[in-house]
Amino acid sequence: MSGVRVLVGTRKGAFILTADGGRDDWRVEGPLFGGWEMYHLKGSPADPNRIYASQSTSWFGQLIQRSDDGGASWQPVGNEFAYEGDPGTHQWYDGTPHPWEFARVWHLEPSHADPDVVYAGVEDAALFRSADGGKSWQEVAGLRAQDSVHAWQPGAGGLCLHTILLDPTDPDRIRIAISAAGVFGTDDGGASWRPMNKGLRSEGLPDPEAEVGHCVHHVAMHPSRPATLFMQKHWDVMRSDDAGETWREVSGNLPSDFGFVIDVDSNDPDTIFVVPIKSDSEHYPPDGALRVFRSRSGGEEWEPLTKGLPQRDCYVNVLRDAMALDAMDPCGVYFGTTGGAVYVSPDGGDSWSAIVHDLPAVLSVEVQTLP
Amino acid sequence: MIRVLLPAHLKMLARVQGEVELDLEGPVTARTVLDALEARYPMLRGTIREHGTSRRRAYVRYFACNEDLSHESPDLPLPDAVLAGTEPFMVVGAMSGG
Repeated sequence: MSGVRVLVGTRKGAFILTADGGRDDWRVEGPLFGGWEMYHLKGSPADPNRIYASQSTSWFGQLIQRSDDGGASWQPVGNEFAYEGDPGTHQWYDGTPHPWEFARVWHLEPSHADPDVVYAGVEDAALFRSADGGKSWQEVAGLRAQDSVHAWQPGAGGLCLHTILLDPTDPDRIRIAISAAGVFGTDDGGASWRPMNKGLRSEGLPDPEAEVGHCVHHVAMHPSRPATLFMQKHWDVMRSDDAGETWREVSGNLPSDFGFVIDVDSNDPDTIFVVPIKSDSEHYPPDGALRVFRSRSGGEEWEPLTKGLPQRDCYVNVLRDAMALDAMDPCGVYFGTTGGAVYVSPDGGDSWSAIVHDLPAVLSVEVQTLP
Repeated sequence: MIRVLLPAHLKMLARVQGEVELDLEGPVTARTVLDALEARYPMLRGTIREHGTSRRRAYVRYFACNEDLSHESPDLPLPDAVLAGTEPFMVVGAMSGG
C-alpha cells in the first residue's frame, strides 16, 4: 500500500491531506470550496479516484460535488433532493407536527461495488440513492413509509440521517441511523424498513425503551463481521451482534459514555475507538483532556490513549462523522475537532500527532487507503 | 443585453468572472432572467431559487437600481435601466447568511 488520502470536511471548506505509508510527512491541500460548509466527503471503495462531497450554505442551499481524479478536479452534479409524494410531518421539538423540509446532506455513502451508486442521508431525515454518479437522486421511500415516522423528532443538530451502513456481503441489507429517531434497517434492498432499537434506553423519552426516539449519534461496522455493530448513543456505548436486532450496553469503565464518534480497527473487528465527551450540555472532553479510548474486547474494558493529545485546557468536540481508520497494518486512526485540528495515530492509537492545528471546525473525516 | 451580477460563491460555482450577460427574448422579469441564467449555468439550479417551487431562497435577495426587488412579483418587468443594460440585476447573499 502506497499511502493514504484523508478527506476533511469543515465549516468553511474541504481539505485533502495525503501521506505515504509512514503517515508522518503530510501534504495539505485546500481549502476546496472555501466558505461552504462541507458536511462530508467520501471516496468510492470500488474506485478510489471517485469522491463525492456534500457542499452547502444557508445562502445557496445544497450542492453535490464529484471528483473522478482523486480530488484534483471537481464538478457539481445533481442537487435536487425531492421527497417522494407528500412529505408529511414529523414531530417538532415540542412534540407538535412539523412539515418535512429538506435542509442538507449530512452523509454520503458510496456503494461497495459500483462507483456510480451512492446513498445520501439528509435532513429532514430521509435516504436518497443515485445510480448515475450523483446526477439524479431518488428517495428510498420505504424508509419513511413506516408508521413510526410521525414520532421522529429532531436532535439538537436537526432531524438528520447521518449514518448509512451498507453490508458488503449482502447488498440488500442496509442499516441507517437518525437523530433523534434511532436505527432502522432493511433486508430487502430498501423496500421495507423497521426500527431496530431493542435494548436502547434513553432517559429523555417518556418511555425510555420506546421503539423510536433514541438519539443515536453514530454506528460503526467492520466489513469482515457485518452483523456486529457498535453504537455511540447520546448517552451509552452499545453493541449488537445480530445486525441491529438487539443491543446491549458496553460502556464499561469509560469516564463518560456520552460522545459522538465510534469506529472499528480495520485489522481487528473487536478493537473499537470512542472519544468520551463530558455531557450533552458540555460538548467537550472530561477534565479538559482530549482522550481517545480504545477497547480491544469489543467494549466494556477501555483504555485511555493520550500520548500526543492535549491533556489540559482542551475544550473541543469531536463530531459524529469526524473519525476514520485506514486499512494499513498497524491501523491508522484519524479524527478532527471543532477546534480545527486533525490528529493521526499511525500505530493504532498508541501515539498521536496533529497533521493540522487550525482548520475551520471539522465536521467530517474520512480516509482512503491507496494502492 | 441584460447584465447579471452574482455573489462570489455563485460566480465560482458557475466558473464566471465579472458579470454575466444574457440576451432575452420577450418580457424581462426576475423569473425570465433567472430562467435564462440557469439554462446557461445549470449548476446554479437550486442555489438561488428552490427546486420545485422556484421560490427565492430565504437568504438570497434581488437588487437593482438601488432598490430591493426581492419581494416584488417575479413576473413584474425589471426596471428600464436593467432592460437597457445600464444597470445590472444583482443576486445577493444576505448579510445574515454566513
